[in-house]
Amino acid sequence: MCLAMPARVVELCDGDLAVVDLDGVRKEISLALVEDIAVGDYVILHAGYALQKLDIEEAEKTLELFRELGASSA
Amino acid sequence: MRSPLHLWPVQGCGVSCNIKAVYARPLDLKHGLVDMSHGSGGRAMAQLIDELFARELGNEFLAQGDDGARLPTFNGRLVVSTDAHVVSPLFFPGGDIGCLSVHGTINDVAVMGARPLYLTASFILEEGFALASLTRIVASMAQASREAGVPVVAGDTKVVERGKADGVFITTTGVGLLREGIDLSGANARPGDTVLVSGFLGDHGMAVLAQRENMQFGNPVVSDTAALHGLIEAMLTAVPDIHVLRDPTRGGLATTLNEIAQQSAVGFMIDEAVLPVRSEVAAGCELLGLDPLYVANEGKLVVICPRHRASGLLQIMRAHPLATEAAVIGEVVVDRHRFVQMKTRMGGCRMVDWLSGEQLPRIC
Amino acid sequence: MKYIDEFRDGDLARGIAAAIGRVAMPERKYRLMEFCGGHTHAISRYGIVDLLPAHVELIHGPGCPVCVLPIGRIDQAIRLIREQGVILCTYADTLRIPASGHLSLMKVRAEGGDIRMIYSTADALKIARENPSRQVVFFAIGFETTTPPTAVAVIQARQQGLGNFSVLCNHVLTPAAMHAILAVPDGVALDGFIGPAHVSTVIGSAPYEIFPKDYGKPVVIAGFEPLDVIRAIHMLILQINAGRAEVENEFTRAVTRDGNRKAQALVAEVFELRASFEWRGLGSVASSALRLKPTFAGFDAEQRFGLAYIPVPDHKACECGAILRGEKRPQECRIFGTVCTPQTPVGSCMVSAEGACAAHYTYGRFRDAA
Repeated sequence: MCLAMPARVVELCDGDLAVVDLDGVRKEISLALVEDIAVGDYVILHAGYALQKLDIEEAEKTLELFRELGASSA
Repeated sequence: MRSPLHLWPVQGCGVSCNIKAVYARPLDLKHGLVDMSHGSGGRAMAQLIDELFARELGNEFLAQGDDGARLPTFNGRLVVSTDAHVVSPLFFPGGDIGCLSVHGTINDVAVMGARPLYLTASFILEEGFALASLTRIVASMAQASREAGVPVVAGDTKVVERGKADGVFITTTGVGLLREGIDLSGANARPGDTVLVSGFLGDHGMAVLAQRENMQFGNPVVSDTAALHGLIEAMLTAVPDIHVLRDPTRGGLATTLNEIAQQSAVGFMIDEAVLPVRSEVAAGCELLGLDPLYVANEGKLVVICPRHRASGLLQIMRAHPLATEAAVIGEVVVDRHRFVQMKTRMGGCRMVDWLSGEQLPRIC
Repeated sequence: MKYIDEFRDGDLARGIAAAIGRVAMPERKYRLMEFCGGHTHAISRYGIVDLLPAHVELIHGPGCPVCVLPIGRIDQAIRLIREQGVILCTYADTLRIPASGHLSLMKVRAEGGDIRMIYSTADALKIARENPSRQVVFFAIGFETTTPPTAVAVIQARQQGLGNFSVLCNHVLTPAAMHAILAVPDGVALDGFIGPAHVSTVIGSAPYEIFPKDYGKPVVIAGFEPLDVIRAIHMLILQINAGRAEVENEFTRAVTRDGNRKAQALVAEVFELRASFEWRGLGSVASSALRLKPTFAGFDAEQRFGLAYIPVPDHKACECGAILRGEKRPQECRIFGTVCTPQTPVGSCMVSAEGACAAHYTYGRFRDAA
């Protein structure tokens, strides 16, 4: 069971809860499984829980790699 | 010709609405509740009809006071359509079960190529349903009916015991007059035809679901419920040889295309990259594990027309306020299997199959 | 949607696919097994096979926890509802799984069984709080992605003193499934694995290192989006061509070698290994599933209600087992698409949107049509 998606944390609440935003849709989720999350971070969301913080730098690196692969000799 | 608006003819109680019965006290529409006497055919029911239904839906034309409405003679073929409305919740962003029931049946008549003329409305009320809510719903129906220019000319009310209905169920039937020279049918799609939609997909279903699931939207998603007969009139006047018109309601675009594919014995190839979906609806679907292709619409059209008509038709549609985001989304193809296929964003291909059962959202 | 749409970009996809075309040697086959229901679904839903050369073959493995759940486990849930009158909380995916006696949870609900669909374990706890006089059971299924939320729910249930809450635990483990696949005598020939996305965010990449080591098969952990899957295939082909066998990580934005230690600790606090567990398609597999530890036994539904496990064989014509092991493709099952459809599923591979059969039927069966 793998359906999960990255969403941006917009608010930290009491009791390990937070509000995330996915393109304007807001949802309350649990941060019980992660640590050191700040507003503005992206987390991978699964079944109402954040599983991991998204590494933005790595995300950009991966996309850059995809672009390079596509650009190299046709 | 004078529009024959009738007051709500009273069902079975033998009292004509233009003879105002004397009621001991007016109905408490603010705090009162529907009870079993409102459906029994007696004085309480007459009062409900007079003080609520007739007041909202009727006008100064005298009621005939019979069990049905006598309609004028028409030259031409008539079209009739009926639809039950059981939406839950009853009130949702952008609408309610009342205006939905008016729009839905007007649209069903209009997509046949007919001018909607009259509606009937039957209500099944649950004992204990708040009269304030019922008033809101009937007022909304009345407004929708007035704005569309299609009056409600006959109706019925029944009350069932508490727990046997979800507040209220409404069934509307519409009668219309078929336009001359128009031949619209789900069996008319031909390979090579262009497929268009009149705007953003999935708004209604997402608005209702968001209400139910208590999802918050920064930009709230609002139901697209609307009467489309004006738009359809403009389209058919400009392009009388449109082949198919449908409104993709329950089951979404995917279901409508599969139905047409079966009826016309053709296939479809649509293009994922050009399907109009609001980003909030896409995000909501992502979160709930739903596919926008299967989410209901209540104010949209699927149009299939000869290819050479498509760009002209698109212009007409985009000029109309209810179709500013109209788009060409694909074409009709030869396919003896009658598959609906889609070119994905990746450039690969996938089927857009019939919905199997309810669209159970994927968690994983 | 940020960090989602970019990874679904068609132009970038074609770029990576072209790169695959350049490196995939035409004289050999590449047989790659993907282990994640999410990957099965993404591959079908985006038509990824259309971007790959024909000699790169994608094989679906047992990565869908709904699909590997044997009939006997659904029967347990059904017995709980019918015999004990519990409120059963479940993720939507389980509702249509066919059980014994032509039943399913959906049919039991139609008969009046109290089954509530939830999105999160937090919903299940809420139902338990709101119904103090009823027994509320959470039907816990899933691989390592889904286990931590269940652990949190059990801990919170204890903290909140929710005596009416319990868990019917069917959590299973990915590396154990991979071992079981590789251990099948005369099993499917494989050249490499596409490692699961979100399981790996939790367990990290380290647990896969044993596969290149012991079996000489490369593993590339892939993110969830189509570009991730295509790039992972590219990386596998490069390894295979070079005769390398290593664990590589394509999903660097969410997976580290160690994974999520906090989540792992919570799981270790609540769960322990079962000696063995029956999997549909793989038979009994040792150390492949979890149950609640003795300290949390009070929340174990199997113990609270004295539920025995009665194994039930699959329908005779059902090829789910072979399909889960990657030995057969859905269209090679005699009843695929005829008797067995998503509307009328015979085996669980047809139930979940991530099952190989459902994915192929829903998105890909036009390829079989003449």
